[in-house]
Amino acid sequence: MTEWAHPGVIMLVGTILIPFLKGGVKKSYMLLIPLVALAATYYSTPGTTVWVYDYMGLKLVFGRIDALSIGFSYAFCIMTFIGGVYSLHLDDDRQHIAGLLYAGSSLGAVFAGDLLTLFLFWEIMAFSSAYLIFAGKFKNSTKAGTRYLLVHIAGGLFLLAGILMYYAESHSLAFNGFTPDGPGGATAFYLILIGFLLNAAVPPLSAWLSDAYPEGSITGSVFLATFTTKTAIYVLIRGFSGAEILIVLGIIMTLYGILYTIIENDCRRLLSYHIISQVGYMVAAVGIGTEFAINGSAAHAFTNIFFKGLLFMGAGAVIYVTGTRKLTELGGIYKKMPKTVVLFMVGAFAISGFPLFSGFVSKAMIIGAAHYEHMAWTTMLLSLTAVGTFLSVGLKLAYHLFFRPNEHNELAMHKAKEPPTNMLVAMAMAAVICILFGVYPKALFSMLPFPTDYNPYTMDHVTASLLMLGFTALAFYIVLGKLNPHKTLSIDTDWFYRKTGGMFIYFINSPLLKIGDLIAGVVFTAVPNGLIYFMRNPLGAFKIGADTFSLAISGSDRRVKLRSRIKREKAIYPGDNIKHWPIGSTVVWVAVFLLACLLIYFV
Amino acid sequence: MSFGPTTFISAAGSTPVLVIVIPLLAAMLAPIVSRIHRSVGWYLATTATFIAFLLSLSLLYTVIDGGTVSYRMGSWAPPMGIEYVVSYFNGFVLAVIAFISFIITLYGKKSVEQEIPEQKIPFFYSAYLLFIAGIMGIVITGDIFNLYVFVEITALSGYALIAMGKDRKALMASYNYLILGTIGATFLVLGIGYLYIATGTLNMNDLMQRLPEIYDSTTVITAFAFIMVGLCLKLALFPLHIWLPNVYTYSPSIVSALMAATSTKVMAFVLLRIMFTVFTPEFVLEVVPVTKILIVMSCVAIIMGSLIALGQTNIKRMLAYSSIGQIGYITLGAAIATETAMTGSLIHILNHALMKGMLFMVVGAVVYKTGIVNIKDMEGLGKRMPWTMAAFTIGAMSMIGFPFTVGFISKWYLATGAIGAGMWYLVPVLLVSSIMTAFYFWRVVESVYFKGRSARIDTLKSPHHSDEAPFGMVVTTLFLAGLCIYFGLWASGPVEVAKNAAAFLLGS
Repeated sequence: MTEWAHPGVIMLVGTILIPFLKGGVKKSYMLLIPLVALAATYYSTPGTTVWVYDYMGLKLVFGRIDALSIGFSYAFCIMTFIGGVYSLHLDDDRQHIAGLLYAGSSLGAVFAGDLLTLFLFWEIMAFSSAYLIFAGKFKNSTKAGTRYLLVHIAGGLFLLAGILMYYAESHSLAFNGFTPDGPGGATAFYLILIGFLLNAAVPPLSAWLSDAYPEGSITGSVFLATFTTKTAIYVLIRGFSGAEILIVLGIIMTLYGILYTIIENDCRRLLSYHIISQVGYMVAAVGIGTEFAINGSAAHAFTNIFFKGLLFMGAGAVIYVTGTRKLTELGGIYKKMPKTVVLFMVGAFAISGFPLFSGFVSKAMIIGAAHYEHMAWTTMLLSLTAVGTFLSVGLKLAYHLFFRPNEHNELAMHKAKEPPTNMLVAMAMAAVICILFGVYPKALFSMLPFPTDYNPYTMDHVTASLLMLGFTALAFYIVLGKLNPHKTLSIDTDWFYRKTGGMFIYFINSPLLKIGDLIAGVVFTAVPNGLIYFMRNPLGAFKIGADTFSLAISGSDRRVKLRSRIKREKAIYPGDNIKHWPIGSTVVWVAVFLLACLLIYFV
Repeated sequence: MSFGPTTFISAAGSTPVLVIVIPLLAAMLAPIVSRIHRSVGWYLATTATFIAFLLSLSLLYTVIDGGTVSYRMGSWAPPMGIEYVVSYFNGFVLAVIAFISFIITLYGKKSVEQEIPEQKIPFFYSAYLLFIAGIMGIVITGDIFNLYVFVEITALSGYALIAMGKDRKALMASYNYLILGTIGATFLVLGIGYLYIATGTLNMNDLMQRLPEIYDSTTVITAFAFIMVGLCLKLALFPLHIWLPNVYTYSPSIVSALMAATSTKVMAFVLLRIMFTVFTPEFVLEVVPVTKILIVMSCVAIIMGSLIALGQTNIKRMLAYSSIGQIGYITLGAAIATETAMTGSLIHILNHALMKGMLFMVVGAVVYKTGIVNIKDMEGLGKRMPWTMAAFTIGAMSMIGFPFTVGFISKWYLATGAIGAGMWYLVPVLLVSSIMTAFYFWRVVESVYFKGRSARIDTLKSPHHSDEAPFGMVVTTLFLAGLCIYFGLWASGPVEVAKNAAAFLLGS
């Protein structure tokens, strides 16, 4: 079949009509778009390459259809539909359009068969997703959105640089596996890898995610949690499967994400760190690179899309009704929103890898893949993270969000109620998928790139998981006592976990967070602001700098004079633009130029 | 004009000269006919530029079909007489310039009526048309002294145009430009004089044939140095750019747009022309290391232009510094001197004319409706002037180099050209400047769309409602914005022409 409708283009083009429709028609139209895209995915033939265009002599491939791209397309289309249902109550065309553009461009990236097409959709993703953050309208949304966008533009340029190097040597834009000794050499390899890793939120390139996602709009962050990182996983599978550096990076990611979740207070920020941690599994699996591992990576991406979406929807629902996102101000609302709690807990169990939930299957595949390759450390560290995940989402987040007695914020308690029906319906759909994948893994396996007959439900695996989760729950119960301190203080063996736990939390809280903040502060604030200040009037700024320097080295007799001079200079800074660069200096420059030219030419 | 029996009449007839004569005649007519009614001047200017555009387009097609067209002024044969030559290379630039001038004239009616005192409007259009005739002349002439004459015509009419700005600082800006422009022109004419002394000819083709024998002569090298420095001053290559920001900031909106879109680009064109068609690629690549110097200078210009643009609070100034950076792109491609990079450089003449012309038109529309030039005051403009700001956003995306916009095409060719020439280290320069471009343009887009309403807009009439610029302004601006995308998506046409032009310049 040569006729093919591009699911991504269906979404991109579909947005055009949204501003012109009203009421119920608009709502059904918005839900129809992802369904049409889903149907288009269903009717695509694996193994074909369609929608090939010539652009200035470059070959652009919009439709590379194979099992991998179709699997991602299914997951993305279904999640777009769920996200659409979740945001149905919202009357904001721009957000709907941005959401669909974002989803559509992710699909475009998934089907892209060449690097330039990929880059095009990559950039549309960055811009449309940035809008969803701007639309958050929280205190820091605009700033976070700007930072997010600039980081992604920078990441995109790394990718572009890599593509250019690759293209200049091979005169081909083919997007297949990259190797350090392929066209463009190691430079192209690493530049493209950096571009991809930035979107996959691999530390230290991950700060944008935890910075921006919590500031996104309630409905938008459901989309955000789905597309950027998973698309990054897709392109990593395409381009870098088996690159061993990814195993190390993946493990670092899982641990890094988990460490931060333990201290985080903002519920969506906590979930954002979980994205990093979960994507770490996938990155590590891509690094392992066997067919089974790639399957695991894709499977975890698919399950993750739904359970992470579900968790973000649950957290969003709580924020929507209570108006607060701080864990310390929430709690005790389970009585008022029981349905939300139940659905949220499905997501929490899925992410923690409870048997019969989707996370159990996909996590088992990745850990299993590491195990088969005899990577003992990888296996162990990934299992350890699974414990941390359960601890922080299944127990800590759920406890603080819903169950802990609320003593601090009567208002939130008072406002809490079930969210609008469409939100609940969307969450229910995601929850059903989470359970379906867990109970009937074949549904999940049918979406994977390679055929598999893996059975996660072996006796020892189920028992091991249950034991691990059980002990984690027990540990949490013990630590809970510390969180609600008793008046008496008894020195017992608990001293160890108290002190070590305290030190651990101090370590994360103080050096780690502070260094993170420092870097973010320098990169995003100090350097650009300093540059901007300097460039208002370079000559004047230089003068101030020189005077400050001479103030530091001069004796006391000149200090008073210098101080008043600096003060005066600062007061008039940046001054009148027209006088910054007097003509005389240009004339001198002209003379210097002429002399230099003559000297160079003659010598 | 009489044609002697020996006159060679090319296929295009007298089109080459008409391209210049029509705006020139219109310039002379403008002060007279404007007495009838003040808007007659505008109709005259629009008609003249439109005819010039059609003629230049027909010339370009003639060249594409049948090769270089030559016209002998007063039917004097070339080495003696003045020759107008249209090849792939300048035919392309000519069409771009004529097109942009036409669009900007079409756009400018209301803006001129508002910004220029009524009694000065006839003279304004006179100087305006003279300026356009001048830049077209620079492009089309095949005689190096004639080129100097046109450079001076452009500059002199330019000084007058700038000085008509509303702000009194326009006078200062014009004066600065006058001094520096004159220095530049003097250097140019000195260089031309030396060449004349050395060869006894002023015809460019003739020079190209006679010069190679005496490439090692001190006179020729000195002449080249003078010409280079003079042109670098004229095209505002950093750090010889000092006249430019003030000129763009304080001149009337339409003049800023016209100059940003055409004048520096034409000077870059002259630089290419002299480097590659008066001198030869061998000379600039082997005899004197001018391309190496130019690469360094261009990189400095690209980085510094973008850096200084970061710090600007006035939008016109920001765009001006951005132009200084973009000129670096054009000279960079020329200095790398491979076919791909040169294609990037030439296509950037078109692309940057489109983008920057359009961005200045947006600013002109904003100034027309609100008088705002400060980026901070632009907060909330997205709701007030949605179409104009949509055009701005497209321009900004294009400047950043969003894929499938014109800005991307230029960068693609420049970067692949640089890598192809083994100068991969130029790629970070292009990309770093892209990040900075993103930074300073995004600041504007952010304040336009995502901040509240500025106090300045609150003082305007009915601040809550949208209040667009006049129809003519919005449509022309959006048309150029559309072209920014159109030529990004269907780039093959201009790229093909630019490729041929690049091959022509490099003599292959």
